[in-house]
Parts: sequence; C-alpha cells; structure tokens
Amino acid sequence: MYAVLWRLVPGPWPAKLLVFLLLALGVLALLFLVVFPWLEPLLPFDEITLG
Amino acid sequence: MTSVVRLVVRTSAELLVTLGLVVVAFAVYVVFWSDVQNAAAQSKLRDTFQAQVEQAARTQVSAAKGGAAAPAPIASDLPSGSTLGVIRIPRLGDDWSWVMVEGVSDDDIAKGPGHFPGTAMPGQVGNFAVAGHRATHGEPFAHLDEVRKGDEVSIETVNGTYTYVVDGSKIVDPTAVGVIDAVPGKPGAKPKKALITLVTCNPRWGSTERMIISGHLTSTQIAGA
Repeated sequence: MYAVLWRLVPGPWPAKLLVFLLLALGVLALLFLVVFPWLEPLLPFDEITLG
Repeated sequence: MTSVVRLVVRTSAELLVTLGLVVVAFAVYVVFWSDVQNAAAQSKLRDTFQAQVEQAARTQVSAAKGGAAAPAPIASDLPSGSTLGVIRIPRLGDDWSWVMVEGVSDDDIAKGPGHFPGTAMPGQVGNFAVAGHRATHGEPFAHLDEVRKGDEVSIETVNGTYTYVVDGSKIVDPTAVGVIDAVPGKPGAKPKKALITLVTCNPRWGSTERMIISGHLTSTQIAGA
C-alpha cells in the first residue's frame, strides 16, 4: 500500500519524503480537527452531567 | 498465487499499523491536547473575568456609597459559554482556581466548570449547581474526592464573593437529576436555603456514576467592600 503510494509520487526521494511528511501532517490535522472532536463525546469519560 | 497472498498480508499489516498509530494519536488528543485547549480557554476566560471585575469596580463604588447591604446576584440569563465567576477550594491547593462558565454542554464544560442553566446563581436562595470534568479537558474536578465536610468553597463573581461550607459528598446514579433541584430531591419545592452542588463523574475515568459535593452558603462579601 505505502510502497505503491511511494512509487506514485513523482520526483527524487527527498521530494517524495517531503510529500509524504506533508500528507501525514494533513491526515493528522484532519484527525485532530474533525474526527477526534466528533469521536470524543462518544466515550464514557466525557459524561459528567446528570440526566 | 503466493504473490497475491503476500500483497494481502502486507496491505493488511500496513493498515493495522496505521490504525495503531491513529489510536495512539487519539490517546494524545484526549490526555494531552484537551488539556492544552482547556488551558488556552481558561486563560482567555480569566482575562475576560478580570476585565469585568475592573469594569464593575468602577461602577460599584457609587453603589457601595449608597449603602447596599448585599451584592445583587448576577443576571440569570447569561448566554451559554460566557464567564460566570471563579471557584476556589483551598483544600485542593492555594492556587486551585477555575473560571466557571454558563452551561453544561460539551463545548461549555470543555472550557471550565459549567453552571447548570436554570439553577440558582451564586449566593441566591436555591441550589447553585456546577459540573466539571474529572479527567481530560484540564480536569478541574480531578481531586474532588479529597474535599471533606467543613471545607470551604468560595465563588467570586463580579458582584461579590460567596463562601459555602461543604456538608458532605455522595455517589449517585447518572440519572439522579434530583440532586440539583432547588431543594435537592424535592422537585418544585420552594427553596429557603442557598446551597451549592458540585457534580463530576465517578469513577474518575468512567461514567457509571456521579460524585456530588453539597454545601450551604455561610458568608457573603460585596465586591470592593
């Protein structure tokens, strides 16, 4: 999977590495800003109110 | 054939490692990042509250000269998420202080301890009820279990400081909404006493129960007096 992606990205290896790092950063940002805030209220330690 | 098997095994291994990293990232988000965001929110709320106190001090000098005997309660229709005051519990440390907000939605209590809308305001007759996180989001109420009968809980608002004394703590079901009634356990009853109720989860990282700290008002001090 990652090997195929590595081959798909053009350029010499330092450029490929940079693209990979940027992709990883993008995925992390998506997780922290969108996915995790949505996921967190579904977990038990966040419930502190009554009702 | 073997190359197909190899591809499947390799791809699923890569996916599983990726999933593992995502889980680690989520743990970092919950345990570390929510505290960072809470600290930023608290710092902003503290600035806002400080500005409100200074603003109020300027206008209240004349009120104090007029001979007001008790501070007016703060407005009960605060918008959700706005600053309400500062809570201090000396038992939890001299520098233990949190800016409270109005409301108990996820967004509100992520910023700081939240006041249950509709319950009494600080100092008012009725039940001033506040919920706070015991784990994550700065965990303001992490050590609420150390609070003992007789301990003081002080609430500072722009109008004054209200000191409550703890009567006791108990563990209740998450459905026990009666504990925040104006007269706890008696919905609709007319309150005669000014009470405080602090609510958080129990056990610390769980949600199967709630821990309740209750107390009553003992003294009131007008801001600037």
